[in-house]
Amino acid sequence: MPWEAATMRKAALEMIETLARRDPRVVFLGSDLGAGTLDGLRRDRPDRFFMEGINEANFIGMAAGLAMEGFIPYLNTIAPFFTRRALEQIAVDLCLHNLPVRLIASGGGVVYAPLGATHLAIEDLAVMRALPNMTVVAVSDAAEMRRLMAESLDWPGPLYIRLAKGGDKEVSDAARGFAIGKAIPVRPPAAVQMITTGVMLAQALEAADLLAAQGVACGILHAHTVKPLDEAMVRAAAAPARLVVTLEEHLRNGGLGSAVLECLADDPTRPIPPLLRLGLPDAFPKEYGSQDSMFQTFGLKAAQIAERVRATLPGLP
Amino acid sequence: MSHPPFHNAAQAIPLDARARFLRRLAVETLEGGGRGHIGSTLSLMEILRVLYDDVMRFRPEEPAWPDRDRFILSKGHGCIAQYVLLADKGFIPRAALRDFCRQHAILGGHPDANKIPGVEASTGALGHGLPIGVGMALAARLRGQAQRVFVVMGDGETNEGSVWEAAMAAGKHRLSNLVALVDYNKLQSYGPTAEVQDMEPFADKWRAFNFAVAEVNGHDVAALRALLTALPLAEGRPTAVICHTIKGKGLPFAEGRADWHHKSKLSAAEIEAMYDALGGRDHA
Repeated sequence: MPWEAATMRKAALEMIETLARRDPRVVFLGSDLGAGTLDGLRRDRPDRFFMEGINEANFIGMAAGLAMEGFIPYLNTIAPFFTRRALEQIAVDLCLHNLPVRLIASGGGVVYAPLGATHLAIEDLAVMRALPNMTVVAVSDAAEMRRLMAESLDWPGPLYIRLAKGGDKEVSDAARGFAIGKAIPVRPPAAVQMITTGVMLAQALEAADLLAAQGVACGILHAHTVKPLDEAMVRAAAAPARLVVTLEEHLRNGGLGSAVLECLADDPTRPIPPLLRLGLPDAFPKEYGSQDSMFQTFGLKAAQIAERVRATLPGLP
Repeated sequence: MSHPPFHNAAQAIPLDARARFLRRLAVETLEGGGRGHIGSTLSLMEILRVLYDDVMRFRPEEPAWPDRDRFILSKGHGCIAQYVLLADKGFIPRAALRDFCRQHAILGGHPDANKIPGVEASTGALGHGLPIGVGMALAARLRGQAQRVFVVMGDGETNEGSVWEAAMAAGKHRLSNLVALVDYNKLQSYGPTAEVQDMEPFADKWRAFNFAVAEVNGHDVAALRALLTALPLAEGRPTAVICHTIKGKGLPFAEGRADWHHKSKLSAAEIEAMYDALGGRDHA
């Protein structure tokens, strides 16, 4: 289908339009987005389309006010302009009041590599995950974004939705379903258990194929919802594993890998298995380039992941 | 000091019996908690009294009545003044005032919308109320409802950039159902606003953001009533009301003194001095 080849952002925006036509509570707020954004909604439902200025603190407060009055605001801007710029508004206006506001964050991870560190969202999952009442989701492709957006309408509290680059390889499968908070077992548990979020699922699948060719079986659990983490599924996936590998387009501290470690550590009945947390180091990247070249720099390409796993296995108990 | 005529009038105007009664309820609250923001509570009192007595539509027995006017105390640290009015109107029992800041109280040092009937938004971090008010005013317009949104801010609070982001949005959306009131007591935590962060020309700032602006003696009940019952000031524009007030109004030893902004430990002698200045304890 044409939208499946389209970008995750386009899928998200089209779904907002669909939801807005279906449900009068849905309103859209953007902060000076690209020309033409959601023109259809603007034309047909001008009263529920708000293109505000470059004032993120205000537009989150506005969304809170609308949500307190029963509306369901969907917001879009570049990820760090939510999570860095307006953190207090997100924490107090949205999370403290537990309001159904949806933050659709463009350029999750290192999508904006060519634009530099100001535009990277490399600690967004950690920061959003730290907030009570916040739900944090990073889907793997545009098709999965549609399934998430359909579910988002009635999710009770605030929701942080991380967008990828666009043109992301389609790796999700409608047959596996989608529910916020329910991790998706993409490949059955095995000696090496990968746990991924966002577009790292594509790298995980490729890495698993490379390892399988060398006789190393890999399970893959797609934890699109980083918070609340599907703890039962994570523990079940980790239980039979010799090695757990977490994969995220994010700093190694505070994101999915940390969440998985916390989840495993909180189960006193089982020892924590050997665990490899793959992600970005605790530093602002010093290079430009592209998302792909940054993956290469930080060892997040499939072949590099497979190599890390192969190099780690012999040292395991 | 800017605006000497307004300031001098605010200083000079005597308090009537209701003003002193509401202040004694505030002292009851301060006594119960042993602490609190005193200066702001007292500078705010007449603004809130007139809003609750004469201006806003609400139903204490039905706090979520859809047609109520919305009220946000954006300077959440002035909450004792709101608690007093909520008790006076019957949203909460008067006895709740004495539990102020205690472990399981509903009334804390900043207002919590999750706990207190009649509180629309939890505030305390400054600069949040006006953006939320913009959203509420838009919601009323979207629904075709007539309710108005009143947001009370502190003068120091308007140092926050988010206030002016919201002011831009309110002007852009021509929210004539939005009323921003500033408790301009001219003292912030460290000292005079004129020294810490001068906001003058203050009225001009609001005008420049497309608000219709009025200035008023914030302790003159008749003047506040006359002004606030004749809103909006202009069709198609949000309203800003700059209320010239005296921090600590009603307590001669606290008026205009930065060290009475907040007290984290109030002595019995200080409490008695406050009651004495306000006509003595109520024996109800």
